[in-house]
Amino acid sequence: MSDAARRAAEGAARTAYGRLLAMLVARSRDIAAAEDALAEALAAALATWPARGVPDNPDAWLFTAARRSLGAVRARGRTADAGEPTLALLDDERAAAGEVPFGDERLKLLFVCTHPAIDPAVQAPLMLQTVLGLDADRIAARFLVSPAAMGQRLVRAKRRIRETGIAFVIPDADRLHDRVAAVLAAIYAAYGSAHDDGDGGGSDLGEEAIWLARLVRELLPEEPEADGLLALMLFCEARRPARRDAGGNYVPLGEQDWQRWQRAPFLEAEGLLRAAARHGRPGRFQIEAAIQSLHAQGVITGAANPAALTALYDLLIAVAPTIGARIGRAAARAAIDPAAALADLDSLAPRCAAHQPWWATRAHVLALAGDSAGARAAATTAAGLATDRAVRDWLLARYGGGG
Amino acid sequence: MQYALLYNETPAEIARGETAAAPEYWGAWNAYMGAMAAAGIMRGGNALMPPATATTLRITDGKWQVEDGPFADTKEQLGGFVIIDVADLDAALEWAARAPCASAGSVEVRPVMPSPGQ
Repeated sequence: MSDAARRAAEGAARTAYGRLLAMLVARSRDIAAAEDALAEALAAALATWPARGVPDNPDAWLFTAARRSLGAVRARGRTADAGEPTLALLDDERAAAGEVPFGDERLKLLFVCTHPAIDPAVQAPLMLQTVLGLDADRIAARFLVSPAAMGQRLVRAKRRIRETGIAFVIPDADRLHDRVAAVLAAIYAAYGSAHDDGDGGGSDLGEEAIWLARLVRELLPEEPEADGLLALMLFCEARRPARRDAGGNYVPLGEQDWQRWQRAPFLEAEGLLRAAARHGRPGRFQIEAAIQSLHAQGVITGAANPAALTALYDLLIAVAPTIGARIGRAAARAAIDPAAALADLDSLAPRCAAHQPWWATRAHVLALAGDSAGARAAATTAAGLATDRAVRDWLLARYGGGG
Repeated sequence: MQYALLYNETPAEIARGETAAAPEYWGAWNAYMGAMAAAGIMRGGNALMPPATATTLRITDGKWQVEDGPFADTKEQLGGFVIIDVADLDAALEWAARAPCASAGSVEVRPVMPSPGQ
């Protein structure tokens, strides 16, 4: 199989997996059982399609096979509470009579995965597994937990969804805003802390996160925050090739060669940001994307705009007062008033003892303030907390620390 | 909860500590150990001299066997260890990921067995 064909096949499987699983779960509410059934159907497809040929409608074939195996398991009465969903399923099967109702239930699945009754730490992993079909090992690496622990967390979350009876529905209008925010936050968590100036940890699921953001945009076209999130991630993707020089050394954003940025994602991000602004409903991700856009302009024109940057961070802190936003604001403000920026950082100190970006920013601000010994000490701690080797080496070399 | 972090390094990485790259190599380790000390989680540990300095002893059927070098030729060798006291495995893995040898070897994370009576 050629690379292009394999990618096409993988893409089709990725689209089909979440759509099929969502339809199965919409009926049974039992994610674990639906996953088993779908896995069985996929195995059956692998066993029969090469000999008999790929059916005209592969999705319908897989769905019917999975639903049959789900029905068979239920009918065997594995659990006492299985009766009701089984009846619903059998009814459904009779009504469908071979016809597969191909609606898209994935949005409901996204809302189930990010329901407030589900532990926030497992929401993004659950989404990656159910919508994209990723295995627990790969998800575990991204979130830096052991594969066994991640497997257990996922199993527990699925059991909770089944046992607590979390509804498989689109939330009411008055709750929709918060619930969409949870979906987007989980996608961003899957993307990871891949910022240019940060220390990107874990394995790379950036492509998967971007795919999920595109899916949400498609399913919720009137939601500017989905545009904002996609734009934010695309800005980071666009700059990825410029984050390392030819020798593999780390290059901070301000010193990147913007000619090495990827043109297509960069322009798409700028377009998304403009489209989102037309809704007149700013939010966390639109503001974060706007900050990245402004950073990029500063690099391209060679003239940073710290006042505008600080103002955007003020807006961001007003809607999402995260540690990251407050550190970002201090870094922006340092170009105007290093002493005030240092005071801002000091006020966060008790919560940042082992927070790598705080120490790296502190080194930057102290250097601007002329305290090279302080900068060296802060950079050494930042290097000690870094998981990215290139970032660690850069911090030690730039500020002369580590000795 | 206490965990031992066992730092395994590739031969190339071990060699870096004794060559022209030594300042960078030790700078990274000093920064890492300093960050752990500053976080107040260190309970003990040491760097070890290179594997070539090891002597391995074994008694088979009452006979002593003494060999130069480490127990086995493997792709990675133990370079040092620490004992840390952190909330759970996730926190221990976070510190393991920060070790310079995490990207040039591996880090094994093991719970310390509680002493009897504890």
